[in-house]
Amino acid sequence: MALVEAVGVRKSFGHTEVLRGIDLEVDRGEVVCLLGPSGAGKSTFLRCVNHLETIDAGRIWVDGVPVGFRSHGGKLYELREREAAHQRRDVGMVFQRFNLFPHRTALENVMEGPVQVLRRDRAEVRAEAVTLLERVGLAEKAGSYPAQLSGGQQQRVAIARALAMKPKLMLFDEPTSALDPELVGEVLDVMTSLARDGMTMIVVTHEIGFARSVADRVVFLVDGAVVESGTPADVLDNPQQPRTQQFLAKVL
Amino acid sequence: MASDLRENLEVVPLRHPGRWISGAVILLIIVGLGWAMAEAEIQWEDVPGFFTHPVMLEGLLNTIVLAVAAQGGAIVLGVVIALMRLSANPVARWFAVGYIWLFRGLPVLLQILIWFNLALVFKNISIPMLFTVPTNVVMTAFVAALLGLGLNESAYMAEIVRAGLSSVDSGQTEAAKSIGMTPMTTLRRVVLPQAMRVIIPPTGNNFINMIKGTSMASVIAFLELIHAANNISSRNLEIMETLFAAAAWYLVMVSLASIGQHYLERAYGPR
Ligand SMILES: Nc1ncnc2c1ncn2[C@@H]1O[C@H](COP(=O)(O)OP(=O)(O)OP(=O)(O)O)[C@@H](O)[C@H]1O
Ligand SMILES: [Mg+2]
Repeated sequence: MALVEAVGVRKSFGHTEVLRGIDLEVDRGEVVCLLGPSGAGKSTFLRCVNHLETIDAGRIWVDGVPVGFRSHGGKLYELREREAAHQRRDVGMVFQRFNLFPHRTALENVMEGPVQVLRRDRAEVRAEAVTLLERVGLAEKAGSYPAQLSGGQQQRVAIARALAMKPKLMLFDEPTSALDPELVGEVLDVMTSLARDGMTMIVVTHEIGFARSVADRVVFLVDGAVVESGTPADVLDNPQQPRTQQFLAKVL
Repeated sequence: MASDLRENLEVVPLRHPGRWISGAVILLIIVGLGWAMAEAEIQWEDVPGFFTHPVMLEGLLNTIVLAVAAQGGAIVLGVVIALMRLSANPVARWFAVGYIWLFRGLPVLLQILIWFNLALVFKNISIPMLFTVPTNVVMTAFVAALLGLGLNESAYMAEIVRAGLSSVDSGQTEAAKSIGMTPMTTLRRVVLPQAMRVIIPPTGNNFINMIKGTSMASVIAFLELIHAANNISSRNLEIMETLFAAAAWYLVMVSLASIGQHYLERAYGPR
């Protein structure tokens, strides 16, 4: 069974329908890149997968669990916020603007989830957090506050913070869009190694090079619907749909 | 031409005659005031005695207890009202708006008097099937002052806390949610600590106002500093001397509060 299954996902803000019936499956260990023009609904879809937005129709399952619901006796019960929080433990998210906790050091940011949410032993968590910071190349920045770090460093701490929860799935919403060009590479490198290690990832990005070399599958979203999907080689080099061709002509 | 200008020309520093004149005027005023004070018919030598008079010290203690209790209660209530004000529940939102409108809208002195005289209209305070007590037993001067000062302050605190909570970027809440934090943990660990930077300075100012505001409790004969001063002077008629002693205590308390505020602001300051 696929790790993520989205079926007929619809979402409106007021009268505008932002997602118009999205179907998407992501297998375990698969890396899917979501591409598409601004306003296509890429961020909204990611946020729905993590239940940061509720969906109006359709269903999303993560590891067989319906997102935002508890199934019991043949019925789906909407979760209260506390229970939704419990579901989100299994899904990590990385934001365009990093959103590190500015009043805590890099190490404390990484430890926050396991200690405060999972209530695990501090010493144990600290050792793991140090290892995670090493993994993203920031062992020596453990004691620094976010304001003392570059954008690329902050984003790598944010990735470590998400990984500290040992998620089954990682969502990235344009993780390099807010970075100076020379800092993009260090973040993509971390994401690439994460993909190599078998993490399941959904990545919204405009980095076509990253999609080409790391993604197992590329999905094109336009106006809240999937217009084309397939291997990077098929979709990026030989697009079939006119909307995809137009978009790639601009980006490449 | 140009080379002429660069030769050893004398430099004339800018003079500030205005500063010298205004400085002299200010000093003159201060000396004049000091002289007037010395000439005034005040038994200065009696003031230290009133400063440490047992009644004055009791008034001081009561003032501190009242100010701290009223401010503490107001902070707790203010957080609750602010959360209601920001909640998704429309009834809670409207309650919060009405609460702030009422308790911020009436003069504190009036509120203190209303609480103190509550027994005139409600003989008993009761929660059906739980308890009933006579109002005039519960509504001591202290309780009336505490309610009057505390509820008024809680309305201000609600607005201060709301401004603080709203100042925290929504990305912070999202990041907290994304690592599985519950709303309570998010508030406690992520939002409130960052809101503190906005909340502490006005709260410090309000606490200083609260210290002075306790003096209004003197009208219902609560033994705070002013009432203590009056008690002492009613026996010896040294009205100004006892008031000066009370004034000194206010300045001591306010100075200490300011120092505390400075350190709190530093603790929650930007990293
Ligand atoms: N909270 C919201 N309230 C109202 N409209 C919203 C909200 N969030 C998103 N939208 C609208 O939904 C549409 C899709 O937004 P979304 O952020 O998902 O697009 P996107 O594909 O991520 O675009 P971008 O590449 O610019 O990030 C946009 O038209 C946006 O204005
Ligand atoms: Mg987006």
